[in-house]
Amino acid sequence: MYLSELTALPGVSGNENAVRAYIKKRMEPLCDRIEIDSMGNMMCFKKGTGNTGKTLMLCAHMDEVGLIVSRITEEGFLKFKTVGGIDPRVLVSKRVLIGEEGLPGVIGRKAIHLLTPEERKKAPKVKELYVDFGAKNKKEAEKYVTVGDYIVFDSAYREFGDSLVKTKALDDRVGCGALMELAQEPCTWDICFAFTVQEETGLRGARLCARRVKPDLAVVLEGTTCSDIPGTNSNMVSTRLGGGAAISFVDGTTSFNRQLVSWLYRLGEENQIPVQYKQTATGGNDAGIIHVSAGGILVISISVPARYIHSPSSVISLQDYKAVKDLTKVLMQEVDYADNIENIM
Amino acid sequence: MKKELIHLAAADGISGFEFSLTEAVKKLMKPYCDSVEADTMGNVIGHIPSENPTAKSVMLEAHIDGIGLMVSGISEEGFLSFVPVGGVDSAVLPGAEVWVYGNEQLFGVIGMKPPHLQTSGRDAAVPIDELVIDVGLSGEEVRNKVKVGDMVCFAESVKALSGKVLSGKSFDDRAGLISLLLCLKALKGKKLPFHLYVVAAVQEEVGLRGAAMVSERLAPDCAFVVDVCHGDTPDGGSESIFKLGSGAVISFGPNIHPYLSSLAKTVAKKEKIKVSYDADGGDTGTDAWAVQVAGMGIPVLLLSIPLRYMHTTVETLHFDDVKAVGDLLSAMLLNLDLEALGCTFQN
Repeated sequence: MYLSELTALPGVSGNENAVRAYIKKRMEPLCDRIEIDSMGNMMCFKKGTGNTGKTLMLCAHMDEVGLIVSRITEEGFLKFKTVGGIDPRVLVSKRVLIGEEGLPGVIGRKAIHLLTPEERKKAPKVKELYVDFGAKNKKEAEKYVTVGDYIVFDSAYREFGDSLVKTKALDDRVGCGALMELAQEPCTWDICFAFTVQEETGLRGARLCARRVKPDLAVVLEGTTCSDIPGTNSNMVSTRLGGGAAISFVDGTTSFNRQLVSWLYRLGEENQIPVQYKQTATGGNDAGIIHVSAGGILVISISVPARYIHSPSSVISLQDYKAVKDLTKVLMQEVDYADNIENIM
Repeated sequence: MKKELIHLAAADGISGFEFSLTEAVKKLMKPYCDSVEADTMGNVIGHIPSENPTAKSVMLEAHIDGIGLMVSGISEEGFLSFVPVGGVDSAVLPGAEVWVYGNEQLFGVIGMKPPHLQTSGRDAAVPIDELVIDVGLSGEEVRNKVKVGDMVCFAESVKALSGKVLSGKSFDDRAGLISLLLCLKALKGKKLPFHLYVVAAVQEEVGLRGAAMVSERLAPDCAFVVDVCHGDTPDGGSESIFKLGSGAVISFGPNIHPYLSSLAKTVAKKEKIKVSYDADGGDTGTDAWAVQVAGMGIPVLLLSIPLRYMHTTVETLHFDDVKAVGDLLSAMLLNLDLEALGCTFQN
C-alpha cells in the first residue's frame, strides 16, 4: 500500500514535486504515456480494452495544505502565510518541516502566562504566529531559509484504533494512492489518471487537465470532511468514518448528475461495497471546475471520509479507503453505463 | 519615462472605460513594437516578432484601468448618486474632486451632509450612498448632460513630493506599463529568440478580465505581470510591506512558476538590481492569478512596484522602483531559457 509513503512526502500547493516524482516512477511501467503540463499536473494515459473512443479521467490532487515563509524577522523567526484553507487554531505548537531540506521547526506563540485575559479568549491569528527553527538571528536564518520556502506539517503515519490511520495530507493522498492501486484494473474506455496540482488554492490545476483531456466522464477521488464527532447536529454530519465510500450528490461547487449518482450507489450495494451519501451540501473539490470546463464534463466524486481534515492529524478508516478503491474498480468495469446518461440533470 | 508616467497616471480611464486611454497607450508602445493593436474589449497589444516565425512567445503584461465611480442616479436638484467601480475606499471620497464624463466633461466635487445632520454619527465612516457629486448645475441642465452609467474619474494630477517620490491617482497600474516600456527601451535593437507581446490589459480592478482573455488568445509560453504592492507607512504593519525605493519585489508561491522566480533572483544578483521578496499562499490578487490558468496554463512571474495609499487619489511611489522593475525584466528576457522552463516539472 502506497498510502504511508505518499502521506510522508511534502507537497504543499505549488510545490508538488516530491509527490509527482514518487508517483511518476511507479506509474511509468503501468501506463502508455505520461504528460506533465506547465503547472505540474501529471496525466498518465492508458488504452482501454474496447475500442470505444471514450475516455475516463480518474482524478486526484497531489497537493496538501501548508505554509509558506513570507518574512524572516531580525531575531531569526519565520513569519508565514497559509497555503490552502487552514484553521489557525490548529497551528499553535505544531511541528513543521521547512524548505527543500525539511529543516525541523515548531510553530510558536507566547506562553499562556503571557497572554492577556482577552487574548486567551480569542483564536490566534496567523500573523501572530511564527516558526522557530532555532536560528540565532536573521543573518543565520537566511543561510538556510528564504522567503517563498514552503513549510509542511511534520506528522507521522500511524495506524490506531479499529483500522484507522492518523497522518497529514490524507486529503488527497488517499486519492493518489487509490489511483495508483487501480492503474492495472481493466476498463473498456481509455483512461487518464490525472494527478493534479493546486486543488487547495482554488481548484487551479484540474481545469487544465480537463481542457487537455476532455474526458467523457471524470471521477474525482478525494478525502472529504467527516464530522461524526460528539456535538455535531445530526443534520450537519457530512459523512461517517467507517461508513464506506462517500458519494456526493451536491456540494458547494457541483450539482452532480442524479442518474449517475444513483447508479453508483446501486453499484456499491450490488457488489457488497459499503457506500454512503455525503449528506451536507458544503465543501468542494476538483469536480467543481472539471464539470464546467471544455464545454461541460460529466463528473462523479467518491470520497474517503477524513476527520480533522486540513490539520496535521487527519484521520481515516482503512475500510473506507478500501471501499473507495473497490467502488472505483467496479465503476471502471461498468463505465459503459455512462454512455446512456441522456441529460446532465 | 518619468514624464510619460506623469502623463499616463493623470489620464482618465477606469475599468470598462479604458477607451479614453487607448490612443495614448498605442502611441507609447509604437516606438518599440512592429505592430500595435487594440481588441474589442480595449486591451492594447504590441508585438515584437522574432526573426524565426515558429519561435515561442513571451507576454509582458500590466493593466491600464484604474478605479473610479459611475453615475447611478440624478436627484431632482441635480446631485448625482454613484457606485464604485473597483475597490474604492469610501473614506477618500468626501471632498474629492472628480470629472464626470457626460455629453461634455463636467467638473464636480463629492459632497456629504454636514456632520451635525448625519444620522450615523461623527464616529462612523460615511456610507457611499450618503455621498453625492455636485456639478454645480441645475437639475434640468444636469439631466441634459449626464446620464446613468456615465464614467466618473478622480480629477487629480501627479505631483512630485520630493525628488523621485511621486503621488497621483492611477499609478496602479500605469506605473507597471511604464516599467514594461522601460524594458522594451532597454531591449531595443537586441534580437530575442522569441516573439514578444506587450499587453496593456483592461478591467483588472473588476476581476482580472482583460488579462484572462488576452492570455488565452495569445497563449504565450510564459508571461511576466507587473503590478503594484503595498509601500511602507507608519500604520501598515510589516507583513508584505515594502520600503519605497527598495527596488523591484519578486513574488513567490503557488501562483508563480518556480523557474521564473528563481531566474529573477539569480539575474537580480548578477546585475546588481535592488530587489526584495514577497510570498503569497495562493491568490496574488493580480492578473497573474488569471494568466496562470488561462488556456492550457501559462507559467507566470509577478514583479511589483511598492506603492503607498493604494486605490486612493494620492498613490505614492518612488520612480527608481519603476526603473528597477524595468531593468530586472529586460535582464531576465536576455537570460530566459524557454526550453529549461518547459522542463521544470518533467523529472
